[in-house]
Amino acid sequence: MTTSFFHPALIMIIGACLLPFFRDPFRKPFLVLVPLLTFINVLYLSMHPGTYGVLPFLDWDLTFGRVDNYSMLFGFIMALMAIIGTIYGLHVNNVWHHVAAWFYVAGSLGVIYCGDFLVLFLFWEMMAFASTFLIWFNKEEGSLAAGYRYLLVHTFGGVLLLLGFVLRYQALGDLSFVHMGEESTQMYTWLILAGLMLNAAVPPLHSWLPDAYSKATAAGAVFMCAFTTKTAVYTLVRGFAGFEILIVLGVVMAIYGIVYAIMENDIRRLLGWEIVSQVGYMAAGVGIGTALAINGACAHAFAHILYKGLLFMGAGAIIHATGVSKFTGLGGLYKKMPNTMIFMIIGGISVSAFPFFSGFVTKSMIIAASFSEHYLVVAFLLTLVSAGTFLVAGLRLPYLLFFSENRCSETTFAKAEDPPWNMQAAMIIASFFCLLIGSYLPFLYDMLPHAEVAFHPYGTYHLSETLQILAFTALAFYFFHKKIGPEAVISLDLDWFYRKGGLLFLWLAKYPIQIADNAWGAAYRVVGLNSLMTTAKFWSWFDWHGIDGVVDGSARCVRAFGRRIATVLQRGQIQMTIYYTATFAAVILIAYVWL
Amino acid sequence: MIVQFIDYLRNRLKGLSYFFFGGIAAVVIWSLTVDLHHAHTWAEKFIPAFWGGFGLVSAIVLIFFSRWLGKSGIKTREDYYDN
Repeated sequence: MTTSFFHPALIMIIGACLLPFFRDPFRKPFLVLVPLLTFINVLYLSMHPGTYGVLPFLDWDLTFGRVDNYSMLFGFIMALMAIIGTIYGLHVNNVWHHVAAWFYVAGSLGVIYCGDFLVLFLFWEMMAFASTFLIWFNKEEGSLAAGYRYLLVHTFGGVLLLLGFVLRYQALGDLSFVHMGEESTQMYTWLILAGLMLNAAVPPLHSWLPDAYSKATAAGAVFMCAFTTKTAVYTLVRGFAGFEILIVLGVVMAIYGIVYAIMENDIRRLLGWEIVSQVGYMAAGVGIGTALAINGACAHAFAHILYKGLLFMGAGAIIHATGVSKFTGLGGLYKKMPNTMIFMIIGGISVSAFPFFSGFVTKSMIIAASFSEHYLVVAFLLTLVSAGTFLVAGLRLPYLLFFSENRCSETTFAKAEDPPWNMQAAMIIASFFCLLIGSYLPFLYDMLPHAEVAFHPYGTYHLSETLQILAFTALAFYFFHKKIGPEAVISLDLDWFYRKGGLLFLWLAKYPIQIADNAWGAAYRVVGLNSLMTTAKFWSWFDWHGIDGVVDGSARCVRAFGRRIATVLQRGQIQMTIYYTATFAAVILIAYVWL
Repeated sequence: MIVQFIDYLRNRLKGLSYFFFGGIAAVVIWSLTVDLHHAHTWAEKFIPAFWGGFGLVSAIVLIFFSRWLGKSGIKTREDYYDN
């Protein structure tokens, strides 16, 4: 039986193209309908695994629809998050914001279902480009620059990836997106790994994340926190499972992220740092590479999208209401935003791995896998970070926002209120799933790629272990919370090199390079140009009168034909010229493909 | 309703902290009775409330390491990147 295949990304793309034509009161229903249809399509595909959408292009077969255990799981969560994110952003009037968000989701879904590197690259770049607009649409000061930095960094990542694909194709003649095999690594393997790691925010390629996510729009950041890094985790799971370097980098990023999160003063930068930290668990899981570890990495990515989305939604609600994003200008908000407080606490205790919440049943899988593979140092360090996660997201974040002394200005406090119904509805849905994953295990565990591996998180030993860690972390916070209070500072990170390096380059271009260029230009005009022109004039005269005149006069014919073409085709209208050029290119292309 | 409940708790911080310490004590006592069959290393078997101590030390190490790192020059003024 053949199954009809319609790519989920295509639904989002068509929806995005049609959206500008919808006006209220039809726009809001349409906004909900399109991600819902995409989600239903993903569910339908999950019932029919297989390979679809294979299109021949030049010498290659491009695979758009590889539906298997991995893509089903990630497709499911991305489509679900598209619904939640769109509901959260329903109040946004800027239609292009929704269009950008949907193209971004389409890019992610395209990467998830693709079967070869060419399609992967196409959708990868679509993600990078579309998501940049979610930063640019924020009118806050610094967003434009942050958007450019984000785009430049991702363009660099894209170039690494493309180089890797091309070199690999040259070496193997193969474009298929399969596991790379650690035993036969080449230059291209590392280039592809670096390109993917950049999107997963693995140090030293991570600084773009807190930088960009803290400058995106409130609704845009909710999309961004879900799609880029977790799509990258998906590609790492597929291509680089068992690469031990990822264990080391994963642990480094888990610690790095949490240390910076403890120092952070901006809500969304703190959450961004915590993404770096949590993706560290996933990277370590991918590096360990056993069935349990891969299940853990996938499950943790799944849970992470929901609780981190929830936290970003809460942060967005605060910024939406008050316009303030720094802890130094907030505090004591439980009186004004009690519902937001409840949602953020649910997100916080989910990421902190409280029993019955999502993090508890996913994070432990990765730690258990490191213990069972005898990576004891890794396991202990990841447990240390899980104490740090509770410290940051479960204690510091809600404490500084809702319970500590009121540091708001009078206008900020007056403006603070729970967000509109649609934002709250999105947070209710995300909270529900955080609880569902942690309380009803088959929901997530039955979707995991390695169904043969059994894992039981609710043993008494694991419960006792978790409760001890949580209780004593809370004790440390009780005594030392003043040591990690808010401070009106920023923390320098590796982006210093390109932010300050960029200024240095600008200075170099402006002064020494410009001066040298001017001097060279002047010298060239005086010395070189005159003699060159005289010689050239002579040879031109000789060629025209001597050679062409003697042989067959073809140059004169070409000139006459060229003049005729110029009067007919080139009338100085750029659009006509482009039209002729594009038509010509299309004719050549069709001739090449079909003849 | 939520606001009243939190105000109610904030007015009884002393009682709340006793409840908190009581909870920690209960967790420790429970940890002593739990079957250690699933422990991963010898330390967990022989050190009572091992994970409690580990959590406490982890949190303290992270708090003070972050403070030290911040003071070592990582933290700087907010307009550092402004031209």
